Amino acid sequence: MLEWAGCKRVASWGWVLCVVFLSVAGCVRGRAQPLAVIRVEGSDTMVNIAQAWAEQYHRSHPEVSIQVLGGGSGVGIASLIAGNCDLANSSRKMSEKELAEARAKQHVEPVEHIVGYDALGVYVHPSNPLEEITLEELAEIYGEGGTITRWSQLVPWPEGRNDHIVRIGRQNSSGTYEFFRSVILGKKRDFARGSVDANGSKDVVALVARTPLAIGYSGMGYQTPEVKMLRVSPGRGKPAVAPTAANALNRSYPITRPLQIYTLGQPQGVVREYLQWIYSDEGQKVVAALGYVPLR
Amino acid sequence: MPNDNREKASARQIGAGWLGPRLDRLWDAIERPVEWLVRLCGYSAILFVLAIFVFVFLEAAPVLPKLDWYEFFTSIQWRPTSQVRVQYGILALVVGTLSVTGLAMALAVPLGLGAAVYLSEFCSGRLKEVLKVVIELLAAVPSVVWGFIGYMVVGPVLMETTSAEIGVNLLNGGILLALMSVPIIVSVGEDALKAVPDAYREAALALGASRWEMVHRVLFPAARNGLLAAVLLGVGRAIGETMAVLMATGHAIRIPQSLVDPIRTLTATIAAELGEAVERGEHYRVLFVIGLVLFGVTFAVNLLADLVVKGIGGEQGN
Repeated sequence: MLEWAGCKRVASWGWVLCVVFLSVAGCVRGRAQPLAVIRVEGSDTMVNIAQAWAEQYHRSHPEVSIQVLGGGSGVGIASLIAGNCDLANSSRKMSEKELAEARAKQHVEPVEHIVGYDALGVYVHPSNPLEEITLEELAEIYGEGGTITRWSQLVPWPEGRNDHIVRIGRQNSSGTYEFFRSVILGKKRDFARGSVDANGSKDVVALVARTPLAIGYSGMGYQTPEVKMLRVSPGRGKPAVAPTAANALNRSYPITRPLQIYTLGQPQGVVREYLQWIYSDEGQKVVAALGYVPLR
Repeated sequence: MPNDNREKASARQIGAGWLGPRLDRLWDAIERPVEWLVRLCGYSAILFVLAIFVFVFLEAAPVLPKLDWYEFFTSIQWRPTSQVRVQYGILALVVGTLSVTGLAMALAVPLGLGAAVYLSEFCSGRLKEVLKVVIELLAAVPSVVWGFIGYMVVGPVLMETTSAEIGVNLLNGGILLALMSVPIIVSVGEDALKAVPDAYREAALALGASRWEMVHRVLFPAARNGLLAAVLLGVGRAIGETMAVLMATGHAIRIPQSLVDPIRTLTATIAAELGEAVERGEHYRVLFVIGLVLFGVTFAVNLLADLVVKGIGGEQGN
C-alpha cells in the first residue's frame, strides 16, 4: 500500500514536471515565432515542390513561415488577383483575361518567374530496339481508339517475340497524367482504357524496368540505368530531340512545360528574398530532387 | 443463480487474498458500473457501424440524385477527370474485385481447410504447436509488405513462368489475397473442427470408417457452420483488402480475359484517387458512392452468411 502511494506521488510529480517543461518549451518556441508569413497557392503539380521549398527555407529562416495550398493553377491565380496570396504557383501561363483582371483590381502588372521545368521522359525497356518516337505515335498508342497496339508497327521486331505494347500510365488524378494527356492528345481525346496505372512517378520507371513490352511516361529526373528514354519528335518528319535537361531548358524537347510562380508586381521584402533563395543552388537542388528539371 | 453466487464467492476469495477483506464492499460497488461499462462496449459496435455508414452516406449524398445509375453499374468507362466526357462506370472495377476475390478463394479454401483438417486431426505434439505459431505469423504480415512481395517477388516469377506480359496482374493479386486469407480460414476452421465432440470421432471409427471417411462424412457435416464462417471471413478479408491489391494487380481498368491480365479493384480505386480528388467535388463524392457499394457488398456477404448458417442450423434442428 505504502509503496503504491509512493508510486502515485512520484507519478503526480512527474506530471507537474512535464507541464513545467512543456510550458518552458512553449515560451522558448514562442520567442522564435515567425515574424512574416508568405502565402503560396496554386498548381497541384507544383504543390509538392512548393512544400519542399517551404520546409527547407523555414529550417534556415525560422522567422519566416510559409503556407502552401494546392487547388490548381486557376485557383492560385484567382487568389493572387483577389490579394489572398503572395505567390501563385502555375503550370500554365496567365491568360489575357486574368492579366486584365489583375490590372483592373490591383493596379499592378503580374510578374512571371520561371523556377524550373517539368519534362516527361518516355521510358521503354532497355531490350526494346526502338530509339525514337513522335507525338502522333504516342497519341495512337495511348489515345482512345489508337491504332498502334504492337511494337512491330513502330520498329522491326525480333521474329517470334511477343510484340504487344503494354501501356503504363498514372492514376487519373495526377498532374503528370493531365500534362501528358494535354501534350499528346489535346482537349479533344481521352486516354484509352486498360493502361496499367502506377501510383507514383518512380513506380512507372520501376515497372518499365521489369516489363520488356512496356512503355511509360514519368518525370525525366526519375531515369535509372535499368530503363531507356526515347528521343521524342514533335511531329512526323521533324527530327527527334534527346531527352536532356539542356533540351528541356531551351524548350526544344516537346514534352516540357515551365513551372511558374506569379507575383503582383516585382516582389518586395521577405517574398523577394524567398524567390531569390528558390533561384539559388539550394532551391534548385530541391527541383532536381523531386524529378523536375532545374534551371542549371 | 447458485452458480453465479459461487463465482462471486470465489472472486471474493481472490479479492481477499489480494487486497484485504475491507475491499469486499468496494468489490460489490464496482460490479454495477463494470456491468454497464461492458454493456456500453457492446453497444458501441452498433454506434460505430452506424456512424461510419452515416459519414460515408453524407459525403456521397449530394451526388446521388445526379448520378447516372445505369451508366454507373453497366459501363466499363471510369473517366472521372476526362475533359471530353466525364464517365463514372464501375463495371470493370466490380469485375476486377470479384475476379481477384474468386481466384483467391479458389486457392485459399482448399489450402486453408486442408491445413485446418491436418492441424486438428492428423497432427499433434510439437509440430502442431510450431505450425500454429507459423500460421499466426503469416496473419501478422502487414498488407503493404504483401504488396511489396507481390511487386518484387511474385511478379517477376510470374513473368518467367507464365505468358504474363506484366508481373502485376490478376494472378499475382489472387495469390497474395489467398495467402492473406489462409491464416483466418485455418484458425477459424480448426476451432470449428475442434468443437466437434470426440464421441463423434470415436463413433465413426468404431463403425469401421477410415480417418478420411471420418473427416469428410462426419466432421465436415458436423462442423459445417463453423467451416462456412471460416470461408466467409476469408471472403470478407479478400474483398476489403486494399494496399496489397493496389500494388500487385496492375491497377488497369479492364475486364480480364486471362489469369495474367492486369485488373483494378474498387478498394484500390478509392485508395489511389481519393487523396488527389478535389475535396467535396463530384469525383470525390463518387468515390464515396463506391464506398457505399463496398459497404453494401460486405453487408450482403455477412447477411448471406448469417442466413445460410441459420438455415443449416434449422435443418440440423429438424
